[in-house]
Amino acid sequence: MPLSVSVKGIHEGLLITPGEGNWEDAFSSLLEHLDSKPDFFFGAQAIIQLGSYPLHAADLATLRSALADRGLGLHSILSENPATVEAARSLGLGTSLPKRELKESPISTELRGMDAIFLQQTLRSGNSIHFPGHVTVLGDVNPGAEIIAGGSIIVWGHLRGTVHAGAQGDETSVVCAMDLSPMQLRIASHAATSPPRKGKTQPEIASLHDGRLVAEPWSPKDKPKAADGKIKGEDIQG
Amino acid sequence: MTAKVLTITSGKGGVGKTTATANIGVALAALGQKVVCIDSDIGLRNLDVVMGLENRIVYDLVDVIEGRARLRQAMIKDKRLPELHMIPAAQTRDKTAIAPSDMIRICDELRPEMDWILIDSPAGIERGFRNAIAASDTALIVTNPEVSAVRDADRIIGLLEAEQKGPGKLIINRIRPELVERGDMLETADVLEILAVELIGLIPEDESVLIATNRGNPAALEPKSKAGQAFRDIARRLMGEEVPFPPLDGTESLRNRLSRLIHPKGAS
Repeated sequence: MPLSVSVKGIHEGLLITPGEGNWEDAFSSLLEHLDSKPDFFFGAQAIIQLGSYPLHAADLATLRSALADRGLGLHSILSENPATVEAARSLGLGTSLPKRELKESPISTELRGMDAIFLQQTLRSGNSIHFPGHVTVLGDVNPGAEIIAGGSIIVWGHLRGTVHAGAQGDETSVVCAMDLSPMQLRIASHAATSPPRKGKTQPEIASLHDGRLVAEPWSPKDKPKAADGKIKGEDIQG
Repeated sequence: MTAKVLTITSGKGGVGKTTATANIGVALAALGQKVVCIDSDIGLRNLDVVMGLENRIVYDLVDVIEGRARLRQAMIKDKRLPELHMIPAAQTRDKTAIAPSDMIRICDELRPEMDWILIDSPAGIERGFRNAIAASDTALIVTNPEVSAVRDADRIIGLLEAEQKGPGKLIINRIRPELVERGDMLETADVLEILAVELIGLIPEDESVLIATNRGNPAALEPKSKAGQAFRDIARRLMGEEVPFPPLDGTESLRNRLSRLIHPKGAS
């Protein structure tokens, strides 16, 4: 029976919580989930929250090598079961996360949002950024560089590389750039390439409208709306 | 005196690293500088052929590193230019025969006696490239005005930045003005926009380079060669001189010509 798997980006990496039930089901559901978005998980660090599952060192070792096969590092195991914690320690895995002090603000004026990273550099061919939240780049993204983000991608510069926004399936993610000429642009499970540019470059924003990838000139006054897109979307799963 | 170490690199093969190393070495030596060119392409040595010194090899770089020869013994003195020297690569070994620390040690030994140490890097981004940049003060990145060479140059610049070796300086080699004019070749401005590094040389495609290479007589020694002149300009820029980039033959558009007539000193 397939069980749910929840994935959350935290400071240390990806916090993955398999559903409660039979461990064999939970394990196979977890692997299935990982295999459904290999690009997203590749190169990440995993923190697995195991709840009360009683697991032996051998189970954890199997888990660790299954993750390693998919390019994920096992950062630590969180468990309520003392035997599982002991087993994780014996494999040299972390068993707790460092406590961070929560800043208590008297009146919350902060807007809620996803985690984001900011990079002030040019991403050159061969550079690769994987992040579960939003990614902002102040610089160019050159051909051969790639950004894979769980959220949106903003490039204050030329975007000529490959980008994947909403890599975990978030169809509300957008990609915007001062010059939007990506080698390939993906949002959730939709992919498109840039046609040759005509005329002057201008800031543009790409988003999904009714399952089609659309790029529009960015203008602070316009609300995003479906229009004749410059980028023609084609569903890569269709 | 303390030599500056320049590594000539590109990522992609066949763009003209060895030709550039030989010609810049020759051009610097012709300005009276003490120069040594080191071929770090172990297993595929070429620099000796391009410089016309192949028949004088007795010891090579690996012999020095493994203690079979002293540095002085492996250093071949050029007969045309008394200040020009070359250390050949070994042909019978591979890149693992030397380590980055060996290159640092050899360059440190050469630094007090030389003005310039030029290291000819192999193609690729693996061990050979790591060896070639280990001792480098400045990298000269050679590229061609074509998409694949620019892509590889971009990768190399990224790797240099990651190694804290600076962004380097760019040489665009084998420019064919008539193709640029027709819009069939990347323009210098396009290349610079992507790579965003300082330009130090624009070398036109010139058959005298091919002829010179086959004869082992670098084009920088030929007063009439256009490519040779471009390499001599690079040498002067390395010496700190301000040398304008001359318009490549036939590429000068009417607009540029007009703007130069209007602003005689303006670099357009």
